[in-house]
Amino acid sequence: MEKFTGKVWVLGDDIDTDIIIPTEYLALKTIDDMKQYGFSPLRPELAGQIQKGDIIVAGKNFGCGSSREQAPEIIKALGVQCVIAKSFARIFFRNSINNGLLLIEQPDLHDDIKEGDTVNVVMNEHVDYDGKQYPIASLPENLMSIIQAGGLVKAMRKLNGLD
Amino acid sequence: MGMTIAEKIIAAAAGVDSVKPGDIHTVQLDRLMSNDGTTHLTVDMYKNKLNHPHIADTKKLVFIVDHNVPSDCPKTAASQKKMRDFAKENNIDFWEGKGVCHQVMIENYVRPGELIFGADSHTCSYGALGAFGTGVGCTDFLYGMVTGTSWVLVPESVKFNLIGKLPEGVTARDLILTIIGEVGANGCNYQVMEFTGEGAKTLSISDRMTLCNMAVEAGAKTGIFEADEKAMEYLKEHGREPKAVFHSDPDAKYVREYTFDLSKVRPVVAKPDFVDNVVPAEEACGIEINEAFLGSCNNGRIEDLRVGAEIIKGKKVSDKVRFLVVPASQTIYRQALKEGLIDIFMEAGAIVMNPNCSVCWGSCQGVIGENEVLISTGTRNFKGRAGHPSSKVYLGSAATVTASAIAGKIALPSEI
Amino acid sequence: MGETVIEKIIRNNVGHAVKPGDIVTVNVDRVMIHDIFIPFVADKFEEMGFKKLWDPDKVVLIYDHLVPASQLDDTRHFHTGDAFAEKYGMKNVHRSDGICHQLMTEAGYVKPGNIVFGTDSHTTTYGCVGAFSSGIGYTEMASILGTGTMWIKVPETIKVVIEGELPENVMSKDVILRLIGDLGADGATYRALEFTGSAVKNMSVASRMTMSNMAIEAGAKCALFTPDEKTAEYCEIELNDFQKSLVGDEDAKYIKTVTYRAEDLVPVMACPSQVDKIRDVSTLEGTEIDQVFIGSCTNGRLEDLAAAAEVLKGKKVADYVKLIVTPASRKIYRQAIELGILDTLAEAGAMITHPGCGLCCGRAGGILTDGESVVATNNRNFLGRMGTSKVEIYLASPKTAAACAIAGKIVSPK
Repeated sequence: MEKFTGKVWVLGDDIDTDIIIPTEYLALKTIDDMKQYGFSPLRPELAGQIQKGDIIVAGKNFGCGSSREQAPEIIKALGVQCVIAKSFARIFFRNSINNGLLLIEQPDLHDDIKEGDTVNVVMNEHVDYDGKQYPIASLPENLMSIIQAGGLVKAMRKLNGLD
Repeated sequence: MGMTIAEKIIAAAAGVDSVKPGDIHTVQLDRLMSNDGTTHLTVDMYKNKLNHPHIADTKKLVFIVDHNVPSDCPKTAASQKKMRDFAKENNIDFWEGKGVCHQVMIENYVRPGELIFGADSHTCSYGALGAFGTGVGCTDFLYGMVTGTSWVLVPESVKFNLIGKLPEGVTARDLILTIIGEVGANGCNYQVMEFTGEGAKTLSISDRMTLCNMAVEAGAKTGIFEADEKAMEYLKEHGREPKAVFHSDPDAKYVREYTFDLSKVRPVVAKPDFVDNVVPAEEACGIEINEAFLGSCNNGRIEDLRVGAEIIKGKKVSDKVRFLVVPASQTIYRQALKEGLIDIFMEAGAIVMNPNCSVCWGSCQGVIGENEVLISTGTRNFKGRAGHPSSKVYLGSAATVTASAIAGKIALPSEI
Repeated sequence: MGETVIEKIIRNNVGHAVKPGDIVTVNVDRVMIHDIFIPFVADKFEEMGFKKLWDPDKVVLIYDHLVPASQLDDTRHFHTGDAFAEKYGMKNVHRSDGICHQLMTEAGYVKPGNIVFGTDSHTTTYGCVGAFSSGIGYTEMASILGTGTMWIKVPETIKVVIEGELPENVMSKDVILRLIGDLGADGATYRALEFTGSAVKNMSVASRMTMSNMAIEAGAKCALFTPDEKTAEYCEIELNDFQKSLVGDEDAKYIKTVTYRAEDLVPVMACPSQVDKIRDVSTLEGTEIDQVFIGSCTNGRLEDLAAAAEVLKGKKVADYVKLIVTPASRKIYRQAIELGILDTLAEAGAMITHPGCGLCCGRAGGILTDGESVVATNNRNFLGRMGTSKVEIYLASPKTAAACAIAGKIVSPK
């Protein structure tokens, strides 16, 4: 059973893809060029503060808006280990899975959590915080297979007999 | 001692009987124009550097948003907001998105005999109507705005005696490029280029604007034509009267004289990265391009759009080229709509933008990328002027630019 | 057991009946890629090891977000796209013809009953002609380009019934904004919307397009209208039996049904900075504005421009207020010239820009700064979408937007 811990950054409801990465920066060459602007409309300093292994905890409808896959890629590139939210928008969810960014749906944690605190995640079971266990679901099989392959690109490489 | 038109305008503005080159005079300004390139800096100085901020005559001021319109980033939007708010607070004439400043000025304000300062180098365009327009920096502009006056060093005049008539398919744009190619990019530094002679009379007001507009590219303080019947007719159509109509005296003194036979002018192209790097267009033909631009205060008038539309009608823009067509003013845009020209460009696959400076100065719309090549009717081809430092800009006429857009490489209309 | 429209489309594609929650692999009828994402799609496609496109004719590449280029790097996207199209034999490339979603329907790339994916969230738009269309990321797009297939989870359907006749000053934009307000920005996440009722039947395809376009703002996977004679005319086809069958069955299972009486609807706006923060325009009257934008894949069509022109005819845009009009496609631009609409708008003081995404996607075309407000006909008012995070964006119909431009403040359309 996989476990990990991380320091938490707390964001609100409806964190849209324009907040995660504004269109202005979408045509920069690489994700590394873009990542410094992550979350800039809402919290310009946040991208610089996030450390490798940190966890984002957010409210409902995280990642709503555009289909820009830079959104999960940037979150991953900033070092975020996983995003725990009340709910995720559909396209963002698919994009995250395809890029191997772990998303966890949890309805209650956001109401209790304080920024800067640490949580412990036990995959497919629960998140532990402040002495309390918050249950989480396990991913459907077809999604787990993409994640297990290491993302959709790797799954396709396998299909094409490359790896 | 006789005087040139430019000297007479300065003498009148200085309230003296005569002036001669080298004199320094304090002059009353008839009009001051500023655009979104620098107005926010002027406003900052006005608000922060002056002990007693004051505007001599708000009626003489015109603010025009044309360089980045509609705005392309928050920083631009903030400078424009500063400008807009200041215009509103001080009841200054304010134009936004109505056209390139010089075109708007000539359509709506400029009168023969006036002395006009503009915070833009191409203010020299106003000589097309027999006015003395010249570009200044924002400190000079601020002084003029506060006092209504400024000082000028009376420039020497250079006479360009034009004879004959431009052949079919050759435009005023080819003529001015030819002239600059001959005199050089600093050939008329601090001097007035006075265009005169029988050939000058054959040129339309639009042609004259094209010539005067680029006077600064030869280093001149301004370019000027005598206000003749054509100028009077233009003024009448636009509901204005001249301030004063001056003629150069027969014994006026010119520092140099040139004669150009218009009938001998041929299509030319200015190669990168200097405006005076002028060669016969044939020498540039075949160079592959990524973008073509028909527009700007130099060549975005209805006459230029007609030239382009006639060439492109029924043809298509090359898949390899982005062809941007940008009328110089809203008035021109509407006229072009009426004449069916905009539809011809749209049918051919051009990108038609709202009137603004755009590609000419490499901002906001139609920026060219790394190693790209542009052929343009804009005013300058300096290194990086229209985008990436590695990009190249060729200057040509509306005809050459349009033909190139179709061919995907620099070409003349006869080749397509 | 009855089926909803989306269930019928998927059944037709996979060859067996499906129910919500089923995970199935569909054969894709058409895909759309736009300029912002083409470099990423191209990279992923090659990284995945594909040597050819599954069907070059089914791939459409459209440059719209970066037209005209506003930043130094923008044209690189065109070069990458052109090279990719040439290498893999793609002929369907549009370099400056308008906004992707408008072109996909207008140029006949999408037909009723098709399954279409695009690298843009507003791909839901094609539901206006009864197609199942949805936005995806560039990695999934790359995998479709190689395989022609994609896995999907069959969504539940929310039925939206609008009966009656819309008041004169209410447009389909007001209807979809009201619905998003009622459902919430995540109210339809992973679900299909199915529109029906006499008001919907009376709507033009263009009006339907506005609604399917914005379905994503409630989180929907797709938004479907039953193809009818208007659809057939728009698509220039005769509907086949399958296309005619795309009606929700009476005994189909819906997770929810929302019903509106058209006569009760009023002009509304989405207030800063949430798409579901819907207020009646009448309650916002008097709010000062700096700019108005009429355009986008939501509301840049001929009927939208015509509606705005009708309001603006013989009037002037308020002093110090900018009105920016961006027709959604080259075809619409030309039609608007022919009908005198562009001249009316220009005479009123509008800046008319070339068809493209422009201001809506926040890259150029009228970006704003701190303390400014804009009334816009597009689909998103997210924080910072059109400039700084201190810009207030109000989303409205073209009629409302035009009225606001004249007044220089928020007012209700007459």
